[in-house]
Amino acid sequence: MTLQVVTANRLRDGDVVYLTAEHGWALWLDEAAVAETEVEAEALLKFGEAAEKAREVIRVYLMKVERMEGKLDPLSARERIRAKGPTTRRDLGKQADNGFKEHN
Amino acid sequence: MYQYDEYDHTLVRERVAQFRGQVARRLKGELTEDEFRPIRLMNGLYLQLHAYMLRIAVPYGTLSSTQMRMLAHIARKYDKGYGHFTTRQNIQFNWPKLEDVPDILADLASVEMHAIQTSGNCIRNVTADQYAGVAADEIEDPRIYAEIIRQWSTLHPEFSFLPRKFKVAVTGSDHDRAAVRVHDIGLHIRRNTKGEVGFEVLVGGGLGRTPVIAETIRKFLPKRDLLSYLEAILRVYNQLGRRDKLLKARIKILVQSVGAERFAEMVEAEWEHLRDGALVLPAEEVERIRAFFAPPAYETLDVNQPAFEAARFEDRAFAEWCRTNLAPHKTPGYGIVNISLKGIGEAPGDATAEQMELVADLAERYSFDEVRVTHEQNLVLPHVKLTDVHAIWQALKPAGLATPNLGLVTDMITCPGLDFCNLANARSIPIAQRIGKCFENLDRQYNIGELKIKISGCINACGHHHVGHIGILGVDKKGEEFYQITLGGNAEEDSSIGQIVGPAFAYDEVVGAVETLVETYLLERRNGERFLDTYRRVGIAPFKERLYDAH
Repeated sequence: MTLQVVTANRLRDGDVVYLTAEHGWALWLDEAAVAETEVEAEALLKFGEAAEKAREVIRVYLMKVERMEGKLDPLSARERIRAKGPTTRRDLGKQADNGFKEHN
Repeated sequence: MYQYDEYDHTLVRERVAQFRGQVARRLKGELTEDEFRPIRLMNGLYLQLHAYMLRIAVPYGTLSSTQMRMLAHIARKYDKGYGHFTTRQNIQFNWPKLEDVPDILADLASVEMHAIQTSGNCIRNVTADQYAGVAADEIEDPRIYAEIIRQWSTLHPEFSFLPRKFKVAVTGSDHDRAAVRVHDIGLHIRRNTKGEVGFEVLVGGGLGRTPVIAETIRKFLPKRDLLSYLEAILRVYNQLGRRDKLLKARIKILVQSVGAERFAEMVEAEWEHLRDGALVLPAEEVERIRAFFAPPAYETLDVNQPAFEAARFEDRAFAEWCRTNLAPHKTPGYGIVNISLKGIGEAPGDATAEQMELVADLAERYSFDEVRVTHEQNLVLPHVKLTDVHAIWQALKPAGLATPNLGLVTDMITCPGLDFCNLANARSIPIAQRIGKCFENLDRQYNIGELKIKISGCINACGHHHVGHIGILGVDKKGEEFYQITLGGNAEEDSSIGQIVGPAFAYDEVVGAVETLVETYLLERRNGERFLDTYRRVGIAPFKERLYDAH
C-alpha cells in the first residue's frame, strides 16, 4: 500500500510539522514516522490526535508519501509545497531555513 | 477620512483585549480548537498551508499614511517583510504566529484598524470605487454610505451568524469600478428623474461555484431608507437562506430559487415594518459622515500644466507610465496616480514593507495623506497635482512600483493559489508570473490594449476568474494542476460571466493557450475594439477553433 505519514500545523506558530517515531513533532519530513500499512497509519493518527488534544498541534491528518532514493517525497503538489514553501518565493517557508538542505 | 469616535475606539480596544484572553486560554488548553476556530475567524485569523494568515480590513479601500506605515511595521516585525493586497481591498499577512496576533491587533487598533468581520458568516468589509471622491463622473462619494453601512453592520447582533458570508459594494459613478454586480448586495448611486440622489439596489450577485450577476430589485431607493432596506434584505436572507447546505447558502441561491421579482416582494413586505422605524437615516447624519470625506484643500489650478506636459514630452518612459497609470481627476490641475502591484515576474498584489513605507511617504507629501487599495490589487494616490506626478514616478521607479501596465494584459487579478492557500487546487501566482513575462514587451501590451486576465486557484473564485475577459481556473486532475479557461467575463456595469472555452490545459500549456487567444483576438478585431468587444461580436467559436486546432 501507499506509505503514509502524519502531518499537522503547530498550534503556537502554525508551522508545518510531522509526527516522529518517538511521537514528537519534527519540522522535517525525513524525520517523520512512516506507516506502511493501514493499521500502522491509524495508530500513528491516534498519537497525532492525542497531541491535538494536548494543544501541541492542529489540523492533524495522514498524507501519502513515496520513498525516492532514500528520501520521502509527498505524492500531492499541496504536500510538496507544504514541505518546502511557496514555489514562487524560495526565501520563504522551510526551504529558506538553514536546516533545509541537510534534510533534503 | 473617517476618524474613529469613542464608540469605535472602545469597540476595537475591547475586541483586542477579548482576543488576547481567548488566545491565552487556547494556548493554556482551556479552549479546544473547535471552540477557538470560530473566535479566531471572527478576528480574521485563518490557518493556511504554511502558517496562520491574518486578514485585516481596509474599509472601502481607504488608508492614511499612518495606517500604511503601521502595515509596513507589522510586515517587518511580525511577518516576513511583505503583505498581500486582496480583491476585497483588504491586506493579508501570510506568516503571523498565533501568540503574536493580539499584539498585532493592538498595533492596528492604535491606528484605527482591525480584522473584525474579515471572515465568518457575517457582513464583511464594505468595498467601494477606488476613485471615490475624485472621479469626474461621480454623482456622490460612495465612501459616505460605505461608512454608514460599516457602522450599521459592525457587530450587528441579528446578522452575526448569517447562513453564509455577505459582501456589499458601493459605487458612485456610472462606470462601475467596484464590481457591484458580483456582490451579495451592490449599491449603485443614481439620480432619479427629479434630480434626487439615491441607490439602485442589486441583489444576489456572486462568483464562486455558482457565478451569478446581481439583479436589480429596486431602481431607486432614497437615501433615508438605505439602512432599513438593507436590514429588510438581510432579514429575508437570514430567515430563508439555506443553512442546511454550505454550497447553497449564499443569497444568490435564494434569489435564483424564488426569482428576483418574488425576492423583491418579500423584501418590500419586510421593509413595510421597518421603513419608518429607528433605521431611518437622518439627513444630518449623512452630512456628519460626509464631512469626514470632504474634498481636501485643492489649489485652484489651470487644466494645463506646462511643466507636467514638458516632462511627458521629454521623457518617453514617463509618458508611457502616464498613459496607463494616470487617470483624470475631477479637479483641474490634479490627477489620480495608480501604482501597479503587478511588476513583471512579481506576485500580484504583494508589497514589501519598504514599498508600503514609500507609498505612505508619497501619499503624505503629495496626496493629502491618502492611499486607496483597489479590488484589482493595485494602489492609488487619489489627489496628486499634475506638477508632482513626475517626482512621484521617479520615486516609484527604483522601488519597482512604476510598472506602466494598468488595465493591460499583465495587470492580472490573482489569488494566492496553492502556494499559500489551504483551499486551492492549483497554483495561481506562477501562472500570472509566466503570463507577465510572456507579454512583458510594452509595445505588444499597448497593441493588445485593455485585457483583463483573472486567475483563481480553485472554484471559490477569489481571483474573480468568472469575470475576467480571459479567466483562468486551477483544477485538480488526478493530482496534477490543470487550468480551465473562460472567455468574455466582465465585472463592470455591463457585467457578464465568462464561458468555458473547452478542455483544461496542463500547467505548462496555459501561457501558450493565452497567447493563442490573444493572437486570435488580434486577427479578428476591428478598429478600436477591445478584446471583450471582439469576443462579444464574434463569439467563442474562432477562439475555440484556434485553441484546440493548435493542440
